[in-house]
Amino acid sequence: MENITDQRHIMLRVEEKRRESPAFATLFFDYCLAFKPGQFIMVWIPGMDEKPYTISYHSKTRFAITIEAKGLFSRKAVSLDKGALVGIRGPFGNGFDIYPDSSAAVIAGGCGMAPLATLVEKLGKNTVFIHGARSKDYILYPDRFDIQRQFCTDDGSFGYKGFVTDLLKQQIESGRQFDHVYACGPEIMMAAVFDLCEEHHIPCQVSLERYMRCGFGVCGACVCGSQIVCKDGPVFNSTALRDMVDFNKKALLKSGKEVDLSLYFSWRCQ
Amino acid sequence: MTIEFLGKPLKNPIVLASGILGNSRDILERVYMNGCALVTMKSIGPEPRDGHKNPTVIDLGHGMINAVGLPSPGYLNMENEWLALENRSFPLIASIYGGSVHEYQMVAEYVSSKQPDFIEINISCPNSEKHGMIFGVNPVSTHEVVSAVKKVVQVPLIAKLTPQAPDIGEIARACEDAGADAICAINTAGPGMVIDIESRQPVLAFKKGGLSGPMIKPIAVRCVFDIFQAVKLPIIGLGGITTGKDAIEIIMAGARLVGIGSAVRYRGLDVFQKVADEIHQWLVEHNTCLDDIRGAAHRSIG
Repeated sequence: MENITDQRHIMLRVEEKRRESPAFATLFFDYCLAFKPGQFIMVWIPGMDEKPYTISYHSKTRFAITIEAKGLFSRKAVSLDKGALVGIRGPFGNGFDIYPDSSAAVIAGGCGMAPLATLVEKLGKNTVFIHGARSKDYILYPDRFDIQRQFCTDDGSFGYKGFVTDLLKQQIESGRQFDHVYACGPEIMMAAVFDLCEEHHIPCQVSLERYMRCGFGVCGACVCGSQIVCKDGPVFNSTALRDMVDFNKKALLKSGKEVDLSLYFSWRCQ
Repeated sequence: MTIEFLGKPLKNPIVLASGILGNSRDILERVYMNGCALVTMKSIGPEPRDGHKNPTVIDLGHGMINAVGLPSPGYLNMENEWLALENRSFPLIASIYGGSVHEYQMVAEYVSSKQPDFIEINISCPNSEKHGMIFGVNPVSTHEVVSAVKKVVQVPLIAKLTPQAPDIGEIARACEDAGADAICAINTAGPGMVIDIESRQPVLAFKKGGLSGPMIKPIAVRCVFDIFQAVKLPIIGLGGITTGKDAIEIIMAGARLVGIGSAVRYRGLDVFQKVADEIHQWLVEHNTCLDDIRGAAHRSIG
């Protein structure tokens, strides 16, 4: 039998809230959570709902989640103040495979920065770190890391005007060798990163998002083709992505109905 | 360990319970490839339904409590899935539910035209305001809905029963009289409730939920035992089956096939192969076979 450590909710109080930008807030909890970058927890606001969030800050005594205010739940979550009671289950999922001494590139898009933050802190100083967002307000943690970062925005309001893949391509074409590329962001961005990596034979890991219920691989709400995103993922490597026919194409709505990804994401942002 | 079920040869007696995974052809196939002989789709309903808000599924360690709430795209919105299932390589049960006899019939007739190997009529789900269980606790309404569905389906019909019925043998008899071809027992037990004492409120958004996993196995074994005495129909026995020995136990109560659901949580997706192997090993060690042990627990009774 597996050693199950992620049962029921652990009830915690918000210790600190940090406004990252008009779009994001980070909630800190003083709790020792066994955790690996790329894993997620289910966050329950009693009386409201429960949603999956990645851990965006992690130490032996503290962890945090970062929330982008988009829908009903996330708007409520960013409005929580110090002392608010929140339940967590987890962590769940596989997390990133980390190779500390290798040459890596980390590609973040929008709130996809959050799951990559704790990963970046475990990688070497020579890591190439590319971070894109739609505009300056959506650049998370602009001053947080020791590693130098290349920024880009869709509207040019911060850093290079253009896409993260433009910058990654420049790096590759300048002769920079990568052993691993990690990406998290909009699925269309991750698919573009994956394609670029395939073209240049670079192993890639991306973190997927799907509607989730149980978090531990039984209910089936988050299946993507034959993969169970909450249990087999949420991080998938190149080998898995090559066989994942629904990657960047299809997702299940809450009802279980399979739809095109664009329809899925417009629903998720309600 | 091949076994026949309603005329269909199966590679072993292991069935995927409805509501576990079962959301797409690809995941059903993966479950089949992991040692499961017969897989069940998530229950299909009369209209699109989102199910409940989270939390919907909580692991309590000795089992789970869930109120997912019968999410379904609705039987008319699954063309892609039916298309994908047309050339499947595995035997399939389509589970259906409704809110009235008419709805059950409507869904059943349509689903039957898509040619699953079996249809399972869910008259036992505790997690909806108006669907399912209300039928399965009363022999008269059970007879009414099962016979109505039987009239419109072209594939063998399995009735899935709830342990909440005061006399589950009587419900099974009503199913048999109404023309059901097999019984599947049990659906989740309870309903139960878990209250978080810090926030002072029920954890599940639906407040109540069905219990599954090891904690309900004795209820499942008793129900299968009662059903075996009441009817001649083959039984899919499930409820907390996690190991080969659990499976042997429910087979001795009278089950022909054995369903697995929550055990995916406790032993991983290859639990199906593990349990099949453990059954085989136990049979070899005891120099016996499935036919010999089925209902064995009844023979010691005078």
